[in-house]
Amino acid sequence: MTQNIVELTAAELAQKLADREITSVEAVQAHLDRISATDGEPLDAGSRSAGRSGLNAFLHVNTEEALTVAAEVDAARDRGEELHELAGVPIAVKDLIVTKGQPTTAASKMLEGWMSPYDGTVTQRLRAARMPMLGKTNLDEFAMGSTTEHSAFGVTRNPWDLSRIPGGSGGGSAAAVASFQAPLALGTDTGGSIRQPAAVTGSVGVKPTYGSVSRYGVIAMASSLDQVGPCSRTVLDSALLHEVVGGHDPQDSTSLTDPATGYAAAARAGAAEGGLKGLRVGVLKDLTGEGFQAGVEQRFREAVELLREAGAEVVEVETPNFRYALGAYYLIMSSEVSSNLAKYDGVRFGRRTLPDDGHLTIERVMAATRAAGFGPEVKRRTILGTYALSAGYYDAYYGSAQKVRTLVQRDFKAAFETCDVLVSPTSPTTAFPLGSVDEHADPMEMYLNDIATIPTNLAGVPAISLPAGLAPEDGLPVGVQFMAPARQDARLYHVGGGLEALLTQANGGPIWKDLPDVVRAVQDLSDANVPGATEGAAR
Amino acid sequence: MSDATLSFEEAMENFDPVLGFEVHVELNTKTKMFDAAPNEFGDVPNSNTTPVSLGLPGVLPVVNKKAVESAVRLGLALNCSIAPVSHFARKNYFYPDTPKNFQTSQYDEPIAFDGEITIELEDGTPFTIEIERAHMEEDAGKLTHKGGATGRIQGAEFSLVDYNRAGVPLIEIVTKPIVGAGDRAPELARAYVTAIRELVKSLGISDARMERGNVRCDANVSLMPKGAEVFGTRSETKNVNSLRAVERAVRYEIQRHAAVLSSGGSIVQETRHWHEDTRSTTSGRPKSDADDYRYFPEPDLVPVMPDPAWIEQLRAELPEPPAERRKKLKAEWGYSDEEFRDVVNAGVLDEIESTVAAGAGAGAARKWWMGEIARLANVKGVEIAELGVTPAHVVEIESLIGAKTINDKIAKQVIGHIADGEGGPAQIVEARSLAVVSDDGVLITAIDDAMAQMPDVVAKVQGGKVQAVGALIGPVMKATRGQADAGRVRELILEKLGVS
Repeated sequence: MTQNIVELTAAELAQKLADREITSVEAVQAHLDRISATDGEPLDAGSRSAGRSGLNAFLHVNTEEALTVAAEVDAARDRGEELHELAGVPIAVKDLIVTKGQPTTAASKMLEGWMSPYDGTVTQRLRAARMPMLGKTNLDEFAMGSTTEHSAFGVTRNPWDLSRIPGGSGGGSAAAVASFQAPLALGTDTGGSIRQPAAVTGSVGVKPTYGSVSRYGVIAMASSLDQVGPCSRTVLDSALLHEVVGGHDPQDSTSLTDPATGYAAAARAGAAEGGLKGLRVGVLKDLTGEGFQAGVEQRFREAVELLREAGAEVVEVETPNFRYALGAYYLIMSSEVSSNLAKYDGVRFGRRTLPDDGHLTIERVMAATRAAGFGPEVKRRTILGTYALSAGYYDAYYGSAQKVRTLVQRDFKAAFETCDVLVSPTSPTTAFPLGSVDEHADPMEMYLNDIATIPTNLAGVPAISLPAGLAPEDGLPVGVQFMAPARQDARLYHVGGGLEALLTQANGGPIWKDLPDVVRAVQDLSDANVPGATEGAAR
Repeated sequence: MSDATLSFEEAMENFDPVLGFEVHVELNTKTKMFDAAPNEFGDVPNSNTTPVSLGLPGVLPVVNKKAVESAVRLGLALNCSIAPVSHFARKNYFYPDTPKNFQTSQYDEPIAFDGEITIELEDGTPFTIEIERAHMEEDAGKLTHKGGATGRIQGAEFSLVDYNRAGVPLIEIVTKPIVGAGDRAPELARAYVTAIRELVKSLGISDARMERGNVRCDANVSLMPKGAEVFGTRSETKNVNSLRAVERAVRYEIQRHAAVLSSGGSIVQETRHWHEDTRSTTSGRPKSDADDYRYFPEPDLVPVMPDPAWIEQLRAELPEPPAERRKKLKAEWGYSDEEFRDVVNAGVLDEIESTVAAGAGAGAARKWWMGEIARLANVKGVEIAELGVTPAHVVEIESLIGAKTINDKIAKQVIGHIADGEGGPAQIVEARSLAVVSDDGVLITAIDDAMAQMPDVVAKVQGGKVQAVGALIGPVMKATRGQADAGRVRELILEKLGVS
């Protein structure tokens, strides 16, 4: 029974809860059991930074509260109360989103032990829908990274192959939904942090239109690029979650006034017979070819072919300015990072580290705190951003980057004049081995993972990544990404739902039918990795 | 060690001063600039805070619409253009009074720009000061440095931070360089800050209390050789927080600059701190154009785009400019120049206007507001407006005096009781039985007693020295606890002695 429950999609689980076939307490307990069976044991009892022997998708498991909320939902259902469609369906939350009653760390030593006195808007909306929160998921520190290896609390492993990265920054949320630890999760996407992990873990991830989901209570990385979005195994599930957390929030000045409705209906309509007929799909020439793994290209082409067969009009589209997007992104993102992370100074909350020699001044305490609290990637980006904003460099760096941003927006605008949606592979490669990117030598190697996802963040337009099958050469998941004009998120659920149905039919089932036995793999890895012999797995 | 100075007269013989002012006005909005925390002075430290004003992880700012309205109204009153689109920016610097380690402020796109204000020097000479800009920003928290001798951060053992003020809305008004003031520069400085204070008060957008830091002035001073056209290097004297200090600080800096320049030295561009006790400035930190705040557009806020129709509505509803209003009131009330200036300086123009409007005479209104009420406020160390005495009270007191129910002496007592919160004049007179004794019988008994005790005085009066009667009135007034009408007592005594 337990195994069955965790394999249910959120929509299926919601139906079974509504039909009283199972209780929310059973559902939550099944997922908690799955987490304990797959997340592993602490590798070093004395230090959290070693991580855990298994997936290590969760930084905090919220057992008691999740079961309490589930029990309340069950009781309410017994009393015949009207409940939200997803009431009682458990969810995992990226540990970049503040939560009352659970620690929030941003996977940084800077916030280790910090408890937020307030809830983010999305967390409040989860509570309002009465969705039990299973816990907080791992990420690259302050969401900076594409592998989740930059977490201060150990790497998260890819459920398809525990020696590989789960993508990042939201590797924890993606690994959790891909491995049946949770049917749903929340992520955040600044340059691909929802979509790239979704692609390499065979799950679905959506970066909504900028402003579609409130950022209030989401620890800021780069404010003009950050967006909260859903992670799930199916397109419909992401649509359902988007409807829960989306919509206007007066506490976020950049929040759109559009209501977050019609997404689930769009996903269902797209999956219906003939749902893709006449849809104009633009293949981005600039996001294929060189630098893209052969198997990724192959699955991508096949997916496009399925769309064509289903009646979509497929055209090729040029976006000449996308080649500048990565450079512009790293300047804008790091500039905003340098300012957003200034508040972590040891004065008001979180870590405070005193200088070794005991000579205390405010500057020295701030410096010691930031030196000890931040990891190398956070420092690298803070330094880069500080430099880019400095007098005399601003115009050349930040100013030029903003101009590129405008050019990228123009490319999108031109492309959407002839196309309803654009399509590309989500990530140039499948999941690569943990420790294989030496960013100390060349951080650009890691940054290139985001080449296909970054343009949408720069332009504020929405995008969805969904599984396109397994690459023939390594048997690992490949993601395909659709992009739509701003505020046309529903269109993504429509085409995403459509392609998902076609692929499921073509492959004889969903991608996760091929997922290896994660429980067993974790057990094997734990057996092989007696404490003290962990380096082999991490590097 | 104090800096060398030249005499002011000597400085003026050789140099022309150029002034510039940055005046920060704290708005009296209910909530802060970017969040819902209350904007209240004097509350328990760190009680007026929310996650936003503490800069906790994940928080976002939202612009206070009332603050925008105040900024637009002030901009209009300063004859500025109002920007159809203006932005906020982040001014990045690490300091513990700034919770986010950046201040959200307007940088290259202020909401109001290119204005002017005509002020009056003491003798009524008008002087027009050009306004460069007025922009919105947030205040910082308040640091209290403990354990040091100076109360400054240098040498302190530890510092306390109060974030109640962090995020309070500010408007910073920046003038263009002011040339041509000559030896009236110190006087002009004071007149300018007075005019700004009066303006924001008349608009009702700030409590404008300098002792609470509602209006804070940074004064820029530079000198150029007489007749020159190229400005000298300036110093910026920070937080000169009283009208008198503004005048003195400008005068001091002119004298200091003159001494440096006359001895062949050059002025360092720097921040100076004004010290009221020594009436001098000391060097703060060097400030140069290389100060790098890494400004960039605030990505968490959208542009401020006030509706043109709304701007026009606010323009139409602006109160009469203070200078015009003063001119009108002075003529109506018939005060002398000196009387009127005293009234303005005491800040009771509004009170007198309301009192006169409610039916009292202008002379009587001035007598009470500038007299007993001002004295009592001074004794209690509060603003006149906070004493609890209203224009309606003054009108009521005047009518009680007119009806001879009380006299001036009792009226002063009544004012004291009003300030103590005992209610209105009539209520107090009743409750405390303060009405003038008008029963001749009671008075005659007291007069008889007095005459019995002072037969010599009685003899004097009867002998023709009528002015000696005062010696008899005193005891009668005492016996009736001051509640007798002294005129009536005099009448009765004279009548009794047959001298009338």
